[in-house]
Amino acid sequence: MANPMQQFEVKTIGPKIEIGNFDVSFTNASLFMVITVAFISIFFVLATQKKSLVPSRLQLLSEMAYEFVAKMISETAGSKARPYFPFILTLFLFVLFCNMIGMIPYSFTVTSHIIVTFALAIFIFIGVTIIGFVKHGFGYLKLFVPSGVPVVLMPIIVIIEVISYLSRPVSLSVRLFANMMAGHTMLKVFGGFVISLGIVGGWLPLGFSVALTGLEILVAFLQAYVFAILTCIYLNDALNLHH
Amino acid sequence: MEVAAAKLIGAGLAAIALAGAGVGIGTIFGNYLSAAIRNPSAAQKQFPNLLLGFALAEATGLFGLVVALIILFAF
Repeated sequence: MANPMQQFEVKTIGPKIEIGNFDVSFTNASLFMVITVAFISIFFVLATQKKSLVPSRLQLLSEMAYEFVAKMISETAGSKARPYFPFILTLFLFVLFCNMIGMIPYSFTVTSHIIVTFALAIFIFIGVTIIGFVKHGFGYLKLFVPSGVPVVLMPIIVIIEVISYLSRPVSLSVRLFANMMAGHTMLKVFGGFVISLGIVGGWLPLGFSVALTGLEILVAFLQAYVFAILTCIYLNDALNLHH
Repeated sequence: MEVAAAKLIGAGLAAIALAGAGVGIGTIFGNYLSAAIRNPSAAQKQFPNLLLGFALAEATGLFGLVVALIILFAF
């Protein structure tokens, strides 16, 4: 059986380009990111080209995506988060389509690489921290001091709050990356069972593979949803300080 | 002990973390179901929270799986 981690290998496409000590050549990961962004752009341009009161199917899909994210933001972060709607929508669609395009056999899952998800998460973290300090000044530090805590416990609570705040980018990125990588590895392992058991016993793992593919599509959507909703929750902390 | 054997044992131990994820997901869905049967009209509104809880609980177990995979493939 082939190594189940082989599918995550990053390969260079075309010539090797180096700037300074950094390898910046075009890889299959970059190719699939370009495909994702192009797919989303083309979809929305086509869907919103002919705007009609009675929407066509494409227009309905794009409106559903818009309303889904708009509702998510207003429910978790309130009306103050309205200006950040384009960012959240872009983030949600990018993660969702990276996951979904990764579900196509022989394609490449961009979000199964920790560096991609960590880059997204660290930008969210830095951005949210800047927004918090701009909106509240040093009052933003009150986030680390919950109200109604006994004075004796205060030093410990503050340390725990600071650590949990700083571990946000790590948990946000590792959650998405681990889910994607574990799911694809599992699919590959079950696919290997089908081959090694052959025509006699291979039907059982084949059925499992089909069921797991369904589960993975659910997880692909769920993780994009969770990524976006956690960003909203972090934004809510920065915008509406209520401790 | 040989390093290769220790690596395999360590990876297996790290994967035990997934048991916790199983318990967590079971608790979330079980509690959601019992609450939804008591008050079906409020169930639909809490469905996003159910999915959020499911994803969060699953992720904590997967952290353990990541540790196992790091032991196996990165060291």
